Amino acid sequence: MPNNSQTILNSIPEHREKLSSLREILLANALMIGELPAPTFEEEERITFMSNRFTEEGLQNISIDEAGNGMAILPGTKGVNNILVCAHADTVFTSKTDHAMSVGPNHIHGPGIGDNSLGLASIVTLPEILKRLDISFEDNLILLGCSRSLGHGDLGGIRFFLENNKLPIRAGVCVEGIQLGRLSYTSVGMLRGEIIVNVPSQYDWTKFGAAGAVVLLTKVVQRIMEIPLPLEPPTRILFGSLNAGTSFGTEPTTANLRFEIRSEKVGMAAEMRQKIEDIIDEIANGSNTEISLSVIAQRTPAGLNYSHPMVRTMRNILKQVNVKPHAEPSVGELSELIHKKIPAITLGLTRGLDKNEFKESIEIQPVFAGVAQLVALLQSIDGGFCDE
Amino acid sequence: MSNKIEKWLKTNTFHHGEFWDLRKLIELKEKKGLKISLCIPTLNEEKTIGKEIVILKSELMERYPLIDEFAVIDSGSDDKTLEVAAAFGADTYSASDILPEEGPKRGKGENLWKAIYQLKGDIIVYVDADIKNIHPRFVTGIVAPLINNDTIKYCKAFYDRPMAYSSGVRPSGGGRVTEILIRPLFSLFFPELTSLMQPLSGEFAVRREVLERIPFPIGYGVETAHILDVYKQWGLDAFAQCDLDQRIHRNQTTNALGKMSFGILQTFINRLKSYDMVDRLPELATLYRQFQAEGNRYEQVTREIVEDERPPMITIPAYREKYGIK
Repeated sequence: MPNNSQTILNSIPEHREKLSSLREILLANALMIGELPAPTFEEEERITFMSNRFTEEGLQNISIDEAGNGMAILPGTKGVNNILVCAHADTVFTSKTDHAMSVGPNHIHGPGIGDNSLGLASIVTLPEILKRLDISFEDNLILLGCSRSLGHGDLGGIRFFLENNKLPIRAGVCVEGIQLGRLSYTSVGMLRGEIIVNVPSQYDWTKFGAAGAVVLLTKVVQRIMEIPLPLEPPTRILFGSLNAGTSFGTEPTTANLRFEIRSEKVGMAAEMRQKIEDIIDEIANGSNTEISLSVIAQRTPAGLNYSHPMVRTMRNILKQVNVKPHAEPSVGELSELIHKKIPAITLGLTRGLDKNEFKESIEIQPVFAGVAQLVALLQSIDGGFCDE
Repeated sequence: MSNKIEKWLKTNTFHHGEFWDLRKLIELKEKKGLKISLCIPTLNEEKTIGKEIVILKSELMERYPLIDEFAVIDSGSDDKTLEVAAAFGADTYSASDILPEEGPKRGKGENLWKAIYQLKGDIIVYVDADIKNIHPRFVTGIVAPLINNDTIKYCKAFYDRPMAYSSGVRPSGGGRVTEILIRPLFSLFFPELTSLMQPLSGEFAVRREVLERIPFPIGYGVETAHILDVYKQWGLDAFAQCDLDQRIHRNQTTNALGKMSFGILQTFINRLKSYDMVDRLPELATLYRQFQAEGNRYEQVTREIVEDERPPMITIPAYREKYGIK
């Protein structure tokens, strides 16, 4: 085991070189995972694939829990502490989407390849990676593929795992395929909601100003956009999807809007929720329609300090691989780890484009630097260099 | 006949799931001292070749050393097929550079034929380059029967084509050319060969001792010629077939299938000539042989189809009388 953090940093270039010999194994895992459809709540095939790989690697405690998470333990030489390495297994794509991946000399294209087939593949390949680099840890590594992460899943997989796990966790690392340089150490305050407009059947369409669901929902969006947002701490509203109607000339009677409020200010999401509820009440009463807000998920902002040893270590690692850190608050698994007071960060493995679109792609070459940084971070945690 | 086919279906038809234990397969391969080469013939396959190489190399060379040699033999692609293949560490060859003294010919059969010279394996596994859902089973399923059973010399892949079916029993068979051209021809002239579900599939594994002794049409007829020649020389028991579940690939137009059928028909008739069957046609069979599957169990369904004929109406007395024809 390296006895200081500089030794770990110095070994990164050599590890990066050695890792290129694992290119086919890592990419094959990413491709095979990527071609298994895994919309949220339907991650079973991917988790089974992971479990089979864990079995082939001879890991311990291989299991799939009630929430559909897949886990295994790579035992450490002492096994007193446990480090959690996790990646979400679900994607935003339906099972009917063509999940075929295509491989070029420098890129891989395919839905979900960056978010998060590559992240999951790095966890599946980690035992082989450590073997090739001749690295062993004192701590156990808990390798976890998380189910039910995105959208309506609302981090159900990791939450179930953390609520039922009996092993003490020293630190957590959440792995995303993209973007290399990502350094998330805070969870952003978040409210994920859905607004549904419903025009009742007895609605008087002859009345002056009568309007269909699209017009009403547009009014709601306009009014939300008029809410003043503070620049500091940063606060944003993201309108993610809007669905209504089926034709050109028929006014739809229902419409729905999915959105997220993200803020680094404590209490901001709750404040915004109140304002949005006031807006929809006002528009619903003025139009004699039904407009409702359902909150799908909610998180409070929290996190490590910029000066936390784990964050500082990660900044040094990124410097060593010549990548500028990109601090980005997370709404993913990290939030639940932080909520449980487990020091954790989220990192990315390579550069990619068009995340969550059918033409999503990743670059192959930076993956080796990305995996080398993951290994270096785990070595640093294991060596006690990330403890406060 | 039917008994022989039923028996062959039971003993020589496999499902790739039977060969999940790769360690056991590799142990046996090593015990028998077999070397296995994998050949992918290509022509403008830059979109799918990279994935095939990454997955097959990772799973069947690095993780489980089943394959000893992995080569791409190209017919002169003008896209980046060879660049992509080389980038992921496959041995790449232009067919025209192999055995140049034999002169150049362009076609898939040429690549398959030259692979015998270029590759060193005791068994050569051929896998088409256009498979969108490539998986290690596309190799393990067809090579395992040859490793396990020394009498099997030629193993073909077949695929379950998903069709809507309301009960547990479903129709099973090949592609359009197989069902419209090959199966009727085999039913008429070589009924035992109807046991092969997909004689035209591009995935097959063959022992060198067979490959070096059969001719290779270089175009569309190569698979048909192989089946006929191997059957003629070694009989039905030399064959095996393996169900590889689904294969997703680009769909060909009816026009393209027409061209393919024309090429295959030429090969077929040439074979009839060389077997001295043209002037001595056997009595034509009237049983048409298809398949149905229930789970992983396949059985032949035979239908009597007799093409009875009526004479010209003018030869019928009642007709002649009605219309006053003397």
